[in-house]
Amino acid sequence: MRKFSLLDGLVVPLDRANVDTDAIIPKQFLKSIKRSGFGPNAFDEWRYLDHGEPGMDNSKRPLNKDFVLNLPRYKGAQILLARENFGCGSSREHAPWALEDFGFIVIIAPSYADIFFNNCFKNGLLPIRLAADKVDALFKAVEANNGYKLKVDLEKQAITAPDGTEYKFEVDAFRKDCLLNGLDDIGLTLQHVGEIKAFEAKHRAAQPWLFA
Amino acid sequence: MSTKTLYDKLWDSHVVQQDADGTALIYIDRQLVHEVTSPQAFEGLKLAQRKPWRTASMLAVPDHNVPTTNRAAGIADPISRLQVETLDANCVEYGVVEFKMNDIRQGIVHVIGPEQGATLPGMTVVCGDSHTSTHGAFAALAHGIGTSEVEHVMATQCLVAKKSKAMLVKVEGALGKGVTAKDIALAVIGKIGTAGGTGYAIEFAGSAIRALSMEGRMTLCNMAIEAGARAGMVAADDTTIAYVKGRPFAPKGGDWDKAVTYWKTLHSDAGAKFDATVELDAAQIKPQVTWGTSPEMVVAVDGCVPDPASASDAVKRGDWERALAYMGLKANTPITEIKIDKVFIGSCTNGRIEDMRAAAAVAKGKKVAANVKLAMVVPGSGLVKQQAEQEGLDKILIAAGFEWRDPGCSMCLAMNDDRLEPGERCAATSNRNFEGRQGQGGRTHLVSPEMAAAAAIAGHFVDVSKE
Ligand code: SF4
Repeated sequence: MRKFSLLDGLVVPLDRANVDTDAIIPKQFLKSIKRSGFGPNAFDEWRYLDHGEPGMDNSKRPLNKDFVLNLPRYKGAQILLARENFGCGSSREHAPWALEDFGFIVIIAPSYADIFFNNCFKNGLLPIRLAADKVDALFKAVEANNGYKLKVDLEKQAITAPDGTEYKFEVDAFRKDCLLNGLDDIGLTLQHVGEIKAFEAKHRAAQPWLFA
Repeated sequence: MSTKTLYDKLWDSHVVQQDADGTALIYIDRQLVHEVTSPQAFEGLKLAQRKPWRTASMLAVPDHNVPTTNRAAGIADPISRLQVETLDANCVEYGVVEFKMNDIRQGIVHVIGPEQGATLPGMTVVCGDSHTSTHGAFAALAHGIGTSEVEHVMATQCLVAKKSKAMLVKVEGALGKGVTAKDIALAVIGKIGTAGGTGYAIEFAGSAIRALSMEGRMTLCNMAIEAGARAGMVAADDTTIAYVKGRPFAPKGGDWDKAVTYWKTLHSDAGAKFDATVELDAAQIKPQVTWGTSPEMVVAVDGCVPDPASASDAVKRGDWERALAYMGLKANTPITEIKIDKVFIGSCTNGRIEDMRAAAAVAKGKKVAANVKLAMVVPGSGLVKQQAEQEGLDKILIAAGFEWRDPGCSMCLAMNDDRLEPGERCAATSNRNFEGRQGQGGRTHLVSPEMAAAAAIAGHFVDVSKE
């Protein structure tokens, strides 16, 4: 997994609440059996004017010029600023795959759906929770200033705005460690093989029908 | 701690090891697998040259991409077909039990798990699908996971997790005529919002819940995720045990008695502490209809489409305005004046035999309204379909003008050919009314099977509690 520690990235504001995973990556793209290549179809229904299907040449499709991700001033954004309950809906990991493939590294929102939040960390994306009033202030700042960037420091758990304002954020110690070091969860868990086997033996003795 | 919640009991009995910060390894008893979220997990396993830890804990089925008509002809869309074939090939390679597309036992993953007895009380159940919360109806700890986690469970039989907070949703009293588990679910979401359960595991309790059948409890737990909760659950009782008994994967002989003794302990102890409690009076719940693009945008059928001017804040007002524009609705329109174009009865929320019976009971001797272009009933599994046909439900529905399809997810998410055209309005028994969920530009209203069938007959929403 990609390591992450520091980012000085352009911010794009997506000003709606409850952005669901169907919106992040519409279901027709879930037919892929691959993990990569979802970026051009991130937010497909909002980004393009036509109906997208897998296998289309996305560079030839008509863009919805009003959609925020298509505005020239946000081109190359690596930080997605969002509203409440971002990533609600299905468990599809294609959503973080699409965001990552699009070029995002950090998401900032007041809240996230649980499964999506989890899935982000497994794919080198850092979802940051900030209080709603702070997110609101960031929305205003991004909209008011062309080329608005934020510095995100995972080690220090801090976001620094161009005017020097610092926003501290919380992150689970285990997930932070995995992101900083690009660690693979499975490898870590397999260090506990002995404990898993011991648990399994005890569990099997207590509830043999689970192993029938 | 002497008194425990059901969630505490399920959690504690599966902790393999726990770090000081609460990050734990949880042992997983059952992993259900479908074609959409598993190919990358199998591929990951292969690339790392790992083997599944315990193949017998897995049960696989294709459901999202399968056609609901003329199945003998196979899957027309080559990309969908490849996904299903990839599942078949992976199951053969790793020796995973799979109910293939033409197996009578095939169906929606959350319908077949319980139907086969592959979901049992006291289990931890995962699947790369958010509606895995369904299985919590059996006093199981069940939730959806992402594909990386699917691979993780395959390789280690464990999930890295932190314990959630516990929420009690208590529904006391008797449901009125025509009011169902679906209406309880929508009423709960209307009350706490789609993020109200985020960070919680919800236990549904109270006399109205105990009075529900297992199928009703599954409908309710299925929708826990729409309230933001990864897991929903109901205590085990005689209803649970009677449902499980005799199913193919259920314990037998001496194991059965031992299991039942254990299952009877799967309830929250008196006085157990919850981090949050929500109470509803069953008698006050009316048939529900969603009007917008989030399940929390819901009102009783005798209500009206709300006016964004009355929204509590600016973000919400914007959401409501956008939802009304997408849905093609005007504020203050009575729900019963909303005309529909299509009807979809099915999904892992309402695709079980009782749902088929409810739809047939409403449709019996009537005709689908002329303005309804398509009314389809899609059983949740091949066995549900077979049972319905033995009861003659298919004939009743077909005579009324409904289409009777083969089992699968179908128009719940429109990954196969069943979908809405832009602007079409659908009364659906599924669980999500997001923009484009049932087809780009499609407009979904979530309702119970009774309400969907009644809307098909009338051509617009009607209050089934008044029929
Ligand atoms: S029926 Fe719908 S919600 Fe259920 S598993 Fe299928 S697509 Fe998902």
